[in-house]
Amino acid sequence: MESKKTGSVVVIGGGISGMLSALDLANSGFYVYLVEKGPSIGGVMAQLDKTFPTNDCAM
Amino acid sequence: MEILKKPRYVREDRCIACGACTEKCPGKFDDGYNADLKTRTAIYVEYPQAVPLKYAINPDACLKLTKDKCGTCQEVCPADAIDYTMTEEKITIDTGSIILAPGFKPFDPSRFDNYQYAKFANVVTSMEFERLLSATGPTMGHVTTFPKLPAKPKKKKDKLLAEKRKDPKKIAWFQCVGSRDVNKCDNPYCSSVCCMYAVKEAIIAKEHAGKDLDCAIFFMDMRTPGKEFEKYYQNAKDKHGINFIRSRVHSVVEDSETGDLHIQYADEMGQIVRETYDMIVLSVGLEISAETRAFAEKFNIDLTESGFAKTGSFEPVTTSRDGIYVSGVFNNPKDIPESVLDASAAASAAGDALAEVRNTLTKEIPAVPETNVTGDRPAIGVFICDCGSNIAGVVDCPNVTEYAATLPYVTVAEETTYACSQDAQDKMVEIIKEKGLNRIVVAACTPKTHEPLFQETLKSAGLNKYLFEMTNIRNHNSWVHKNNPDIATEKAKDLVRMAVAKAGLAQPLKEEKIQVNASVMVVGGGLAGMVAARSLASQGYETHIIEKKDTLGGEALKLWKTAQGEDVQQHLSALIKEVQASDKIVVHTNTTLEGVDGFVGNFVSKLNTDGNTTELEHGIAVLATGAKALETTEYSLGQDDRIIPTLELDRMFKDNDPKLDQVQSALFIQCVGSREPERPYCSRVCCTHSVENAIALKEKNPDMDVFILYRDIRTYGERELLYKKAREKGVIFIRYEVTDKPQVKVEKDHVAVTVKDHVLNQPVTIQADLVTLATALVPRKDERLANFFKVPLNDEGFFVEKHAKLGPAEFATDGVFVAGSGHYPKPVNEAITQGRAAASRALTLLAKKDSLFTSGTIASVDVEKCSACGVCVSICPYNAPAFMTEGRFEGKADVNPVLCKGCGLCVASCRSGAIHLRGFDTNQIFSQIFALGETA
Repeated sequence: MESKKTGSVVVIGGGISGMLSALDLANSGFYVYLVEKGPSIGGVMAQLDKTFPTNDCAM
Repeated sequence: MEILKKPRYVREDRCIACGACTEKCPGKFDDGYNADLKTRTAIYVEYPQAVPLKYAINPDACLKLTKDKCGTCQEVCPADAIDYTMTEEKITIDTGSIILAPGFKPFDPSRFDNYQYAKFANVVTSMEFERLLSATGPTMGHVTTFPKLPAKPKKKKDKLLAEKRKDPKKIAWFQCVGSRDVNKCDNPYCSSVCCMYAVKEAIIAKEHAGKDLDCAIFFMDMRTPGKEFEKYYQNAKDKHGINFIRSRVHSVVEDSETGDLHIQYADEMGQIVRETYDMIVLSVGLEISAETRAFAEKFNIDLTESGFAKTGSFEPVTTSRDGIYVSGVFNNPKDIPESVLDASAAASAAGDALAEVRNTLTKEIPAVPETNVTGDRPAIGVFICDCGSNIAGVVDCPNVTEYAATLPYVTVAEETTYACSQDAQDKMVEIIKEKGLNRIVVAACTPKTHEPLFQETLKSAGLNKYLFEMTNIRNHNSWVHKNNPDIATEKAKDLVRMAVAKAGLAQPLKEEKIQVNASVMVVGGGLAGMVAARSLASQGYETHIIEKKDTLGGEALKLWKTAQGEDVQQHLSALIKEVQASDKIVVHTNTTLEGVDGFVGNFVSKLNTDGNTTELEHGIAVLATGAKALETTEYSLGQDDRIIPTLELDRMFKDNDPKLDQVQSALFIQCVGSREPERPYCSRVCCTHSVENAIALKEKNPDMDVFILYRDIRTYGERELLYKKAREKGVIFIRYEVTDKPQVKVEKDHVAVTVKDHVLNQPVTIQADLVTLATALVPRKDERLANFFKVPLNDEGFFVEKHAKLGPAEFATDGVFVAGSGHYPKPVNEAITQGRAAASRALTLLAKKDSLFTSGTIASVDVEKCSACGVCVSICPYNAPAFMTEGRFEGKADVNPVLCKGCGLCVASCRSGAIHLRGFDTNQIFSQIFALGETA
């Protein structure tokens, strides 16, 4: 059964990987719905103080 | 699909995030952002930088919603944003593809009775420790014992405990809590990130507390197989003085008086050591929550036993169900850059499946025609923002507004509560139109976060976005001078006067359109390169693969099986066929790159195919040049055919070599050329590869003796299951020290390998028929290629990506991308992920074909003044200025607007004063300086 394709993508999870999937898709011509269960996006990375191996601020 | 939208009880279109509600809110609940180390009010934003920056109410903690007893937030909200009547909403969405990125849950060690996390105050998780280190955490970055107590305890018991608080002098990290463990929990896999984050936490803790802090990390294997990780680990040992102790601690006993923690462990010599620590950090693993497992069931996708999504090495982001893709930790434990690669790869896979309907649903914001203001007398509008009480609480904003109205060319000066709120923006547009303003000044917060927003407002009022000046009277003023309101008010006036002086001279700037050639050049026809090309071709872009050998496939041609047991050659030949059959992919074999000219969107490359030179025009380049096995003579490699490198064993398996049937005793030596001063990195793939081959030998002949001599076994993620399987099958693992390497002696009947056994502490000699050396992966260090595209190489010759965390598949040079082992050694699935990721990043540029513009704030040369000295040409880090090669001004400098980043280096260094930075022109800067000299 071949039905017509839809030019939109749902991304579930607004952490670092969900956000970047959504951005790449939106910037390459797809309509994106980013679904996050919390009140804001950012995920666990936003909780981290620094990131290895550069000790950059995670925020 | 159907989505349930939970109510926020705060209207997003109205909330201005002023924080008035939270000051008065009596409801409290655990602050999950701070790992529950403190509580927060029932109405909250998760953290100050949250997006969207809109408050939400937790209905379980709110007194109004639970008991109908409060309502304070509604009373104090200046924006009338609180709405207790909001209800759940069902949203139905038609979608072409779905990407699942639900992430992980840190392992909860409460049920580990041996470490007594739930009971002992000074046993904390790594997530809690992360928050303790953070300046935005509960202790503002000050590490202290008894961290779980409230900052100002109210209960008597808590008060007594709080008196015992001290700055820890000794902290220990226990690795593998909730990972690599089937006794206490069911997580047999390695969580991949804990070794590195423990090292990081120890380094940062020492930074905060000073050199005297004693940090010890108790580990089983130190797993630092990522890019630059091994050096980080070595530095932690040598430079920061962190102690690494290879031991699994059995249990912890608390001193009931002080809260100190006593431990006993067996050191590497088997001696029992007793130690006392002020704090113990449990390096908890990454776990898939029951909630995520249930969610996966709804999507009907297959999971591994540990709950991760099942994917294949050749389609590493595709789930068992068509149209559903996966990214991040749900697709196996991984760190940030790998999650970022997964993200782009999943976008590429989801997008490829929908290639023919691309651009059918996207929406364009209609552009407002720009008013021509050239030659008009400046009519400046000044907007002074109160930022709630952030600015107005210190600065006398009405006074500043009144003053601003008296400045030259100012037509309107307005005070606004929140200049960034939607209604204030709408009003700004209205005023611009009504008063015919042609320059705007906003005195508010930082342009770093808010300038683009106001520039959009200007655009929607029909003004060129560069007719704007922002001055920061919050971060640079009200925040730092909050004890001196009078001085702050005077400073705000000075800043506004300077901004007005500059704005008066602002000119509308033009952004040049960048033409993007829609074809792509991929350098390297290995796995990563072919996958990138296949993806871009499926989106309709002509792609050229440049391969110096006569066949596609690269190093993968030499591999037998993947870590998951798939046949590499079978999949590889299918991929090669697909690439060759594509009418959008042109394969140039026996071809080398001889030169590259141009810049993003407009490259011209010189190709040399068997001596014939051709030119290729392309908009984008992907560098996928790969890595190869180190050639070495260490351990007598090359002197005896019983001593072979890993890839030769793969060949024997592939060819079903009868010699393998003769082997009675096989031995592997790991880290041959890796993790040594000359090559201070881990080659990442070798542990898994040898373990996998050891299992295959055992399966071929269960009576065969198989030994692996290793330094640390680095089977990260679910590869750990292979390590477990190998031990169960009887593979013997013997650890050696780099200072005491195994000795290999070729004898007539066998190869004798002598190694010091770490358990017996005695040298043992193994007589092997086959010795396999896990040789390092070395990059095809190509300085010429790096120079062509002006991309950097690290000390070992791997390409340096744009950003270690957030830009792992691209270079700082616009339009140039990186994939595969040329970036860092990687196994099949990771090379493919990065190939897809590079394609996805490239696609975002190609898709902007008609909307890619240069910045307006770039340098330009006044040719009349240029003395052609060449300082700008040599000083520019982006190669933007060049001498003109033809025309009236031949020999003078010209700045390429596409390459210019507007840094101003050339402007400052031009001895003739010939270069101007648009938007920051000399007269503008001087007008600001002169305005500073005036007084209000």
